[in-house]
Amino acid sequence: MSDVEDRVKKIVVEHLGVEEEKVTENASFIDDLGADSLDTVELVMAFEEEFGIEIPDDAAETIQTFGDAVKFIKEAQ
Amino acid sequence: MASGLMQGKRGLIMGLANDKSIAWGIAQALAAEGAELAFSYQGEALKKRVGPLANELGSDFIVECDVGDEASMDALFATLAERWDNLDFVVHAIGFSDKSELRGRYVDTSRANFAMSMDISVYSFTAIAQRAEKMMNNGGSMLTLTYYGAEKVMPHYNVMGVAKAALEASVRYLAEDLGKDGIRVNAISAGTIKTLAASGIGDFRYIMKWNQYNSPLRRTVDQSEVGKSALYLLSDLSSGVTGEVHHVDAGYHVVGMKAVDAPDISKT
Repeated sequence: MSDVEDRVKKIVVEHLGVEEEKVTENASFIDDLGADSLDTVELVMAFEEEFGIEIPDDAAETIQTFGDAVKFIKEAQ
Repeated sequence: MASGLMQGKRGLIMGLANDKSIAWGIAQALAAEGAELAFSYQGEALKKRVGPLANELGSDFIVECDVGDEASMDALFATLAERWDNLDFVVHAIGFSDKSELRGRYVDTSRANFAMSMDISVYSFTAIAQRAEKMMNNGGSMLTLTYYGAEKVMPHYNVMGVAKAALEASVRYLAEDLGKDGIRVNAISAGTIKTLAASGIGDFRYIMKWNQYNSPLRRTVDQSEVGKSALYLLSDLSSGVTGEVHHVDAGYHVVGMKAVDAPDISKT
């Protein structure tokens, strides 16, 4: 597992209070990990802070799963 | 703690969302000086966040309130009055506008969103003042939050700039009406801070950087700095101050043009 994946996973686990095993490639933040609409905004803000990147609104809307987040961050770096 | 500036004072914080909220910086500063706090929230998603934060500051007093609904406002103050016989201060950290109109041109603002932005972001403070006044038996202090986009044009701030201008004007009118009863009304015009609400504003990161490069202090401010200034405005330290819009913005509001040493930055 890459460094980016580890760091994203740590944020998701801490923020949503879910077990690490549940944070899989296709795990949807809302449908599988119990995130509400504010959680998704807060997660995006946490990713921006952790990786020093900007995630515009239209891009944020496409980040639905753990895998989406990792992919976007890797490309943005 | 016994000598805390807010010892024996009770107040209501409205508009706390999470630990990035300006209201959180204010609540922390007040609690550290001995204030007893109540919090209002709107909806389950916010309740989930406000509850634990209130607990962190030793408060279990959280009440649901939709500031767009008169009955809900009445219920909030009825609940407050059941538990407290007196109120010393109120913090209003509430604003709302359709996110899709916080980018692009102000001239395209819809009638519906204009009315809603004014209702939630401006009138709510007056509606709160109407009710809080009745519980402030020994004088009091009311505080709201505004932004420099009320005074000058800021990219994407649009209808919120117009709403904040109206909010600042209402601070002055409320200060006059309530001053006779020893109730002071002020606003803090906070610099750019990355909060949940700010995430709705277009190009916010660029605006943050611009402020950092061009403010006299060459940085932005954080929630705790707004908290410290709020402590001043809500405590007796500012007993002679009312009707004021106090800038906590690293001095940005005095600047007339880009700093000579500021780098050129682009949006992307």
